[in-house]
Amino acid sequence: MSHDHKPAEPSHEHSHPSGATYLKVAVILTLITVIEVWAYYIPALVSSPLFNPSLLIMSAAKFAIVVLFYMHLKYDHKLFKALFTGPLIVATGTIFALLFLFAKISL
Amino acid sequence: MASHAAAASHGAVAGHDDGHAHHHHTTTGLDHRKIAIWAFIGSECMLFASLISTYLIYKGKSLVGPFPHTEYVDAAGKVFTPILDIPVTSASTFVLLMSSLAMVLALQAVQLKGQPLPAGAGWWTRAQRSSQLWLGMTALLGACFLGFQAYEFTSFVREGLTLKTNLFGSTFFTLTGFHGAHVTVGVLWLMSLLWIDRTRGLTPKDELVVDICALYWHFVDVVWIAIFTLIYLIQ
Repeated sequence: MSHDHKPAEPSHEHSHPSGATYLKVAVILTLITVIEVWAYYIPALVSSPLFNPSLLIMSAAKFAIVVLFYMHLKYDHKLFKALFTGPLIVATGTIFALLFLFAKISL
Repeated sequence: MASHAAAASHGAVAGHDDGHAHHHHTTTGLDHRKIAIWAFIGSECMLFASLISTYLIYKGKSLVGPFPHTEYVDAAGKVFTPILDIPVTSASTFVLLMSSLAMVLALQAVQLKGQPLPAGAGWWTRAQRSSQLWLGMTALLGACFLGFQAYEFTSFVREGLTLKTNLFGSTFFTLTGFHGAHVTVGVLWLMSLLWIDRTRGLTPKDELVVDICALYWHFVDVVWIAIFTLIYLIQ
């Protein structure tokens, strides 16, 4: 009994970004890091309730940029996307669940 | 017959003539080594999530100092200043981010090997074609990051923070130590690739080998992005 398969998609669906794109990504990552560190030294910002969420958003943005452009996940096969985002969602969920269980965060 | 046709079809797809390495006939049409590295990276997400969770759960529960962001005075009146050195760690973060840039340029250099340089190519275009330059640069920046970490760890120990001092010390050294061990493995991996490149030369057929190392290296970078914010910047 044989099965007919559709031809699978290649692992490199699109060409990777150019060197100029990689440089732009590096500049963006550096700028976000500079903003993060600058904010750390402004007492008024640190005491603001928006400080921690802002840092988390900037960190998430850097994380996503590296994964999408440097790890080429934006251009890669959906199986690779699933292999990374699946465990990442579970891992993030686990962190939040544990923080909730140990009363570090509340609803 | 159909399975032969499918296998041939997969081979044709997996082995499309774009300079990508090794023609594998797999059920998914994808190279198993690349699937394996992504699965490994997925499992590593779990490992670092457990270490980060542990750090966050015990954050602020240390009974004695030194503390990461606040001053501490012990029973003898000795004053411990906040122990985290943000300028030094910011520099090491920048170094690791730049190592990721060097890594993608190394992969691109391997992909472009053998292709003729455009007429009137400048120094940057020529530099972009040197895989040895970018692999060496990535390894050097990774080693530089480890140097920053060694400096940080030794200065913490000198200031009285060890693995056994308090909950902050235990969770901090465990988390950042695990990350440092991953960086060390990455530097050794990069040096082995550099050695191969110097001895027999990496070609576009070796793209996948470099790509797998690059994925590992970028993962180490994204883990540090999370650690830098969660441990060093959020107070």
